[in-house]
Amino acid sequence: MTLLSIDWFFILEKILLISAVLVLSLVVAMYSTWGERKVAAWIQDRLGPNRAGPMGLLQPLADGGKLFFKEEIIPTNSNRFLFILGPSVAMMVACMTSAVIPWGDTLTIAGHPVSLQVADVNIGILFIFGVLSVGVYGIMIGGWASNNKYSLLASVRAASQIISYELPMGLALIALLMLTGTLSLKEIVEQQRHDYWNVVYQPLGFFIFLVTAFAETNRAPFDLPEAENELNGGYHLEYSSMKLGFYLFAEYINMFVSSALMATMYFGGYAFPGMDSLGVSPNLLTILGFLALFVKILVFIFFFMWVRWTVPRFRYDQLMRLGWRVMIPLALANMLITGAVVLARQH
Amino acid sequence: MVLSVIALVSALGVVLSKNPVTSVLCLIVTFFTIAGHYIMLNAQFLAVVHIIVYAGAIMVLFLYVMMLMNLNAELEPQKRNWLKYAGAISGGALLVVLVAALRDASMPAISTEASEMGLIKNLGQLLFTQYVVPFEVSSILFLSAMVGAVVIGKKD
Repeated sequence: MTLLSIDWFFILEKILLISAVLVLSLVVAMYSTWGERKVAAWIQDRLGPNRAGPMGLLQPLADGGKLFFKEEIIPTNSNRFLFILGPSVAMMVACMTSAVIPWGDTLTIAGHPVSLQVADVNIGILFIFGVLSVGVYGIMIGGWASNNKYSLLASVRAASQIISYELPMGLALIALLMLTGTLSLKEIVEQQRHDYWNVVYQPLGFFIFLVTAFAETNRAPFDLPEAENELNGGYHLEYSSMKLGFYLFAEYINMFVSSALMATMYFGGYAFPGMDSLGVSPNLLTILGFLALFVKILVFIFFFMWVRWTVPRFRYDQLMRLGWRVMIPLALANMLITGAVVLARQH
Repeated sequence: MVLSVIALVSALGVVLSKNPVTSVLCLIVTFFTIAGHYIMLNAQFLAVVHIIVYAGAIMVLFLYVMMLMNLNAELEPQKRNWLKYAGAISGGALLVVLVAALRDASMPAISTEASEMGLIKNLGQLLFTQYVVPFEVSSILFLSAMVGAVVIGKKD
């Protein structure tokens, strides 16, 4: 009986939206590899990839094809099931976060309002935090299942690094939540649409979130789990073919999603200044908002790359000291100050 | 239904698996299925916090220790037979007591009003009005546990 009363339009809409978001994050991740090499080349005064297609634009396709056709090697003494599970978990978790990000306002297609957000759950930020905290399993399982000392060391590093930096990230988010009073990302964006962006109120919180986002995505200068000169490569040392590709790809998807998060939470998401006084049709406005969000995301991705090719890697004890002795006290202070200001403004 | 079956199977896997790492991974699957049950009871906050705290933090540390110790079935000492019997009997006795205790307990059906309780707004208001004393007491308990951990860690 319930079979017939299902809102088929709703299901179709969500399936299309989920596919679109997945394809978007995969394509952006693919072209981030090209962008990374171009940015690196630009910073180091080289040309970068320029053989496959105009300006090397077909390079990611060639790389992907190469990874697919490479011989797949599973070490004899490894745990076969966990060895395959590792990259799968890494990839799946990387794709899951994009579900709660509002990619735009509502579009009206044939009379139906279509929200450009897959799921507007009232615990949006907590959902992201939960997914992030699970993300470390992909690296840990893969590193252990490889049955290799270097891989194990790298996964142990990754685990302690991610747990250490989750704390200041959570504390920075608490300060943001006290200010906005909601956990729904859509509402956070709507508040910023009619007011200043959150980064104006939370500059320190944004800075802490930015630094911890670098640590959580294992990007330089926090890329100790894959420090090639100490660990022969890192947790994906024993991996080959597309399973290695999944690990590398998951890193770029994580970068894309954390850029989207920073743009959404601190830089207004799909809202841009003067949005409501343009006087264009709502559908066009939604598309413009999506483009604005996309530009913000690309700026953050460029920032990630810029830092990678500028700042040298930390030593491990420096990394831990930065996490526990600098980031957590800063985040706590930020939280207390925000709480005091919010309380003072209420009275 | 499917969720409960997965929960039971993975919980059995925790106990029956010879390899401690597999055991821990089964426990993580169990935690996820329990979080799924919370979501079905409309307690989204509880579900997500459950995943963040148990699956995301505590189990990572468990896995961490298990991986570093590198235990396996051959190194595990053989237990005596009477120990196994004693374990089975005391476990069975616990089961009997639990069944006896739960047999008479009434399980009121969850009303629509109560099912809104798990949403974060209602939960927060309840925690800071009606249940503020137990909430603060438990936070002091956590603080004392943290201080204790620091003191033990400093001795070395």
